[in-house]
Formats: sequence, structure tokens, C-alpha cells
Amino acid sequence: MKKSLSLLLALCLCALSLFGCAASPEDSITVYNWEDYIDPEAIDLFEEETGIHVNYVRFTTNEEMYIKLERGGASYDVAFPSDYMIERMIANDMLTPLDHEKLPNLANNAQWLQDPAYDPGCAYSAPYMWGTVGILYNTAVTGGPIDSWGAMWDVKYKKNVLMMDSVRDSLGVTLCYLGYDLNTRDSAQLEAAKQKLLEQKESGVLLAYGVDEIKDKLVGGEAALGLVWSGDAMTSMALNEDLAYCVPKEGSNVWADGMVIPKGSKNVDGAHAFIDFMMRPEIAAMNSEYIGYSTPNTGALEILGEDYLSDPTFNPPQDVLDRCSFFHDVSDAAKLYNDIWIEITAN
Amino acid sequence: MKTKGFAAPYAVWMILFTIAPILLVVIYALTDRTGRFTLENFRLFLDPIYFSVLLRSIGMALLCTLLCLLIGYPAAYFLADRHVDPRGMLIVFFIIPMWMNFLLRTYAWLTLLESGGLVATAVNWVLRLFGANEEVRLLYSYQAVLMGMIYNYLPFMVLPLYTVLTRMDASVEEAAEDLGAGRAQVFWRVKLPLSLPGVFSGITMVFMPAVTTFVISRLLGGSQFRLYGDLIEQQFLFTGDWNFGSAMSLVMMVLLLISMGLMNRFGDREGGGVL
Repeated sequence: MKKSLSLLLALCLCALSLFGCAASPEDSITVYNWEDYIDPEAIDLFEEETGIHVNYVRFTTNEEMYIKLERGGASYDVAFPSDYMIERMIANDMLTPLDHEKLPNLANNAQWLQDPAYDPGCAYSAPYMWGTVGILYNTAVTGGPIDSWGAMWDVKYKKNVLMMDSVRDSLGVTLCYLGYDLNTRDSAQLEAAKQKLLEQKESGVLLAYGVDEIKDKLVGGEAALGLVWSGDAMTSMALNEDLAYCVPKEGSNVWADGMVIPKGSKNVDGAHAFIDFMMRPEIAAMNSEYIGYSTPNTGALEILGEDYLSDPTFNPPQDVLDRCSFFHDVSDAAKLYNDIWIEITAN
Repeated sequence: MKTKGFAAPYAVWMILFTIAPILLVVIYALTDRTGRFTLENFRLFLDPIYFSVLLRSIGMALLCTLLCLLIGYPAAYFLADRHVDPRGMLIVFFIIPMWMNFLLRTYAWLTLLESGGLVATAVNWVLRLFGANEEVRLLYSYQAVLMGMIYNYLPFMVLPLYTVLTRMDASVEEAAEDLGAGRAQVFWRVKLPLSLPGVFSGITMVFMPAVTTFVISRLLGGSQFRLYGDLIEQQFLFTGDWNFGSAMSLVMMVLLLISMGLMNRFGDREGGGVL
């Protein structure tokens, strides 16, 4: 009985995979990127020039993307994970090494990201964008500038604070606020951060957890303070002039997102072509201008010009960067992080 | 039977998309990541967080079902009244929203409930008439989630009630009147008992999707009022513990089967007792 049952299941799966393999991999690639993270025209230009069709799929958090790649049956040719996730994927042997011969435009990469700690020598990832995490706030409500994470716990902003529904970001900045390392694996420190986040919820300061809706709610005036990535702050400030962005004095996260080729890619050449295309100065400038995130592409920075370079949100000054640190993979503590996040949001 | 072959396409469909997935869920629920048999995945009964979310989901689903019944019964009663004209039109109005995907309609509520949104402005205007001076925030609250659920599931309550009420033989009502029953008596002693099968199927059709709700709670509650369905989604999409997620789903399926069995029993007894 059991045998025939598993046989039946196996047959079903075979039938399903037959449906899945209909498209030819030769002239198409599947790209797995963040929501709102590319100028759609850049994809059109790539398709026009190379004749390679792009299936474009989106995710909202690193964790979601990781699970899809780890557990899902679908194959992706290019993905856009962040630093700590690239580290984790390399450790778990999930990435194909990049062939630098096929990526001449990697030479445009800024000096400080040529040998990042999360991926020495850019062996597996080509930098796409970078930025900081900070508070986007409405100056009409705060009445002046903000410089501390404490504002996000201040009871005068009742039902006015939006946090990210993303475990590393929300927990990370809380750890910074408490003066801890944002990559801590110490359970007592994580417990303290959990209590702090629960306090934010119970005191009624928190309005909601979200990801991509945070910028809309701040632009629309539904909330006064939100935890955002710097690029979202750029886009929002252009839409509502009352909004301002700060990287609090207690420190924060600086991050970089890279382009990688997951193991199991059916079109490694096409993937390289796509990655190299995105690193062309004109294309990188186009994307950076469209999504508001900082490009590590020196050629693109020249095209974007002084307006962008002098903007502290787009190009944070050294003292801001000095108080920010990269996320690292917390490996064995990842489960603890997840459990804490479930406990906070379920309570 | 000659008609046996007619069911073949559906049989294949059912094996592929109902039976095979359920078996996979059972297998995942009873094994660990390495494929060994374990009951560890059912630890959720020991974990106060997961258990309290399960209770909250059930409580919210019951409340949603009750409110749907209180709103839906009079509505269905009105719609089934032969003297209402144009009845067809009104029913179409009830069904039209169901032509649209529920996600889109839920997104619409996001805009309606936010400050300055149509509904939020109207509610606050009314509250001000009654002397309230502080603005009430609607979006991202328990009430917003409940509102979204009622809105989405109400048609599932109204339609079975409407069907039962329209199919009711008018002569039964007339007979009751002839025998001297007043309007209230006709309703309480004749129409209501006869409509109970519709009530029970309405309750089942609302309770089931309500107790497994997800996404609505994330969009309208801002991820603060996670429901059981959200936690299952979380296990599959973000945490990646499919075994635990399957165990949670299995628990939910068993709970639903039990409640459906109970409802059927009630329904049968009532239906049989009256006729």
C-alpha cells in the first residue's frame, strides 16, 4: 500500500515537472529581485539588445528569497540578495562562482566594495546598490530634526511609528539603540531587544509592521516616523517635502545588495550577460536614479553628478558610515532571531 | 454504471491537487528535516505563543461568523421577500464584488480606512457630532481586520440563506397564517426553523475561510495581529520549516473536519426534525 502510494505521488510530481519545463532556457533568464528595485526600462533595453527574454520575479525580504531558492523547485538565473544573505548562501554552497572574464564592467565597481567582507574578491556577487537604514520622519509632526532611535519609542508619537516586517532590520536597529552589536548572538541581548520591541507595541507607539507600504504611508501622512532603507527615503522625500531622513547617532546598518547566480541556473551565460549589463555606467545610473538607492558604480556616479553626490541620504558622509556596520550571517542564531520575530508580531 | 467515466477528469484533478498535497502535508508533519519520523512538530500545543494565536484565530472567526449571521440573515430575509422589487438587481449587487479578486478589494479597504480615507473621514465626522474630539484611527487595528473579514465573507452567509428562504414553499407560510399565527409567530415558529439548514451551511461557509484567514490580517492589521494562517505562511515562506508548517496545517484541517462534522450533525437533526 505504502509503495503504491509513493509511486502515485512520484508520478504526480513527474507530471507536474513536465508542465514546468515547457519554456526553452536558451533564450530566457529568470531574474529574482526586490520589489521596486529596478527601472523597468533597463529590462526592456537588455531584452532588445541581447534578445534574451527576462522573466522578472519579485520578493520583499531576504529571508523569503532564501527559502524560495533553498526549498523551491523553480530555478533562477540571477538573484539580488543582501550582504549577510550572500554570506549565508556561499556558506551553504548555493551560488555559482562568477566568471570575471564575462563581467568587464565589474571594473566600474567602487574601491570599497571590490573586496567586501561578505564575499572576498567578489567571487560570487557583483555589487548592485548600497545604502543605510534609518528613520524617515515627517518634520511637520516632529517639529524639528531627529537624531536618535529613541524617537521611535517616544510616546508622543502614539500610533505614528512604522517598523519593518523584516527580522534583521527591526531587531538590528533595536540592538543599536540598546548599545549592542547588531550581529549579536547573545541570547540575553536579543531578549532585551525583544522586550524593547514589545514595549513599543504595548505603549501604542507602533502603528504597524510593513515593508513596501511604509513609504506610501509616510508620503500620505498616515504615520510620522518609519524605519526605511535610504533609497526609499530618497524616493519619498521627492514626493513629500515635509519628510526628512536620518541615520541615528546610536549607529545603524549599512548594507550592499549584490547580483548572484544561484546554483541550478539553466542559463549561466545569459545570467552573466544580465549582470554585466546592469553594471554599465548608463544603466546603473538609470536604475539608481529611478529607485533612489546609491550605486557603487563609479561610472554611474559621474553621470549622476554633483546633485546626487552632495546628498547626504544618497551619499552619506564618512562620520555616518563610521557608526554603521554591515549585517553578518548569524548562522546558528538565525532560528532564535526568527522565533523572536514571531513572538513579537504574534503577541 | 455507464456514467462512471464522466468523473475521470475530475478524479485525476482531485488526486493531483487535493489528495497528493494532503498526503504530502501529512508526511511532512510527521517527519523532521532528515525525513525521520517524529512528533516534535506538534510542539505548538506546548508553545504558548502558537497556541494563543490559534485561540485568537478561532475567537475572531467565531465573532466574524456571528456578525455575518446577524447582518446576513435580515439581508437574506429581505432579499427573499417576494414583494421586493427589483429583487434580481439587488442580488446582483450582492454578487458583483465577488467577481473581483478578494485581494484587490482588501487593498481598496487600505485606502478607505486610512486617515483622510472615505470611511475614516465619515466615521470621524459622525463621532464628532457625538462630541468626540480625538481622531479615531481605523487602519491597522483589530477592528480593521475584523471589518475586512466580514466584508469578504458576508456573501458566503447571505447566499445559502437566500437560497433556502426563496425555496421555502409559500403555502407553508399561508397555512400558518390561516391557522391564526401572527407575523412574529410565523417567523419564529415556521420560517426560522425551516431556514436553519441555510443558517448552518452559511455558518460553515463563513467559519472555514475565516479561521484560516491570512493576508487580510497582514494588510489591514499591519502584521500586529497575526492569525494562525499568517503563522503557517511564515513557516513556509520566511522561516523555511516546512515540517512545522505542515503540522500546523494538519492541526487546522483536523479542527475544521471536527467542526464540519458537528455542523452537519446539527443540520441533519434540525432538518429531519422539522420536516
